[in-house]
Amino acid sequence: MQTVKMVVTGPFSAGKTQFIQSVSEIDVVATERKISSAEEKSVKSATTVAMDFGRITVDDELVLYLFGTPGQKRFDFMWEILSEGMLGFIVLVDSTRPETFREARSILETFRAYAPTPFVVAANKQDKEDAWDLEDMRHALRLDKSTKLLPCIGTDKETVKTVLIELLGGVLDSMESQK
Amino acid sequence: MALRGNLRDFTVTQLLNLINLASKTGTLIVDGTSEQAYISFRDGKLAYARIGKDDGSLASVLYKANRINVNQYKAITERAGKMTDKELGLLLINAGYVSQDDILLNLQSYFTDLIRKLFTWVEGIFRFENDILPPDDRINVRLDLENIIIEGSRQLRELEQLQDEIPSLDMALKFTERPLTNVNLSVDEWKVVKFVDPKNSMRQIAKTNKLTDVEIRRIVYGLLQAGLVELVRPNDAPVPTVATTNAKAFPTQNKEEQKSLIHKLIGRIRKI
Repeated sequence: MQTVKMVVTGPFSAGKTQFIQSVSEIDVVATERKISSAEEKSVKSATTVAMDFGRITVDDELVLYLFGTPGQKRFDFMWEILSEGMLGFIVLVDSTRPETFREARSILETFRAYAPTPFVVAANKQDKEDAWDLEDMRHALRLDKSTKLLPCIGTDKETVKTVLIELLGGVLDSMESQK
Repeated sequence: MALRGNLRDFTVTQLLNLINLASKTGTLIVDGTSEQAYISFRDGKLAYARIGKDDGSLASVLYKANRINVNQYKAITERAGKMTDKELGLLLINAGYVSQDDILLNLQSYFTDLIRKLFTWVEGIFRFENDILPPDDRINVRLDLENIIIEGSRQLRELEQLQDEIPSLDMALKFTERPLTNVNLSVDEWKVVKFVDPKNSMRQIAKTNKLTDVEIRRIVYGLLQAGLVELVRPNDAPVPTVATTNAKAFPTQNKEEQKSLIHKLIGRIRKI
């Protein structure tokens, strides 16, 4: 059996667990704990403290694992471990919470430093009324034109699939450019 | 037990807080990456400070503060001989050049600036020597540490924010498409801008310009905010491609098999 993995990262409450759940053939093996901080509690009641884990079986010989990182900074020691041997990574950003954009950028730079693999940025919760436009987010996140910034709705399987396929396309492009 | 350690584990702010709370007397010696700092305290109050080769003599402090002109400074350094700062201070007051308040305020301001500089040090080995007292030949002050500590805490928060923005100094910089015209840059900013090139990591630029981690981060942050530069991987870093940088990502090292695997994954995801 051959296995490959992709990492889904992003700030606290960006929607990483839901993103993985939308395409995983197994229930996401989530390691969630009740939130103790009052500030974070106001956003959601449970959070991932070690990792989320989803699976997509291609055939008898190939399986894709999706790992979701904990979003809270105090668990960032997990990031480097999870990033080892990944095909690429997705930075998920909550389009409705501009206060997390700075942290998203920091996470992106950190992962780029760990492993210079292909990545895409997914603007999650684009179905919400107060979601930021993609172009505004590109400026706020200071992404250059060559970085893929994709609209996403974590609960909508189709947009999640598009994000994953775009990342895999990036992996192919990277292999081509290496020639 | 000797008070000694590494600034990575115990920050300057924490050290000053401890010295203040314990009303310590002695000298804090910090071996930074390029300079050494001597900060003396009496009963938990700042008495004297010196960093690097700057002698911190009364004449040079007053000259830097424009309280005496260059000719007076030269005359003092030539004629004062082995006169202590206390004797020199008395001489200057009696001659009507400066007042006692002038001397004390300028020394306090000078020492506070040195502590501000020390706050930017994040690397270094420190030790507190109870036996080394503030130098007798220098004028000592009695400066409460509380306000300095509050300012240090503010700087610490700024440092944490800068580290969030620029987590790794191993990244390089390149100019954006925005032209570098009609931009007012400080001397330090120009020093950094001069070396903006994907070949140079920020760490290298800092080392060349003798800037601390905080100083280079602060300058780069300003340049990033102004949209003048962007972060890139240094040219000599591993090429950002899957096969070279993350060989473990694929179960096979054969390029065609790797591509086939990716196509299989894309096909499978489309069918979900």
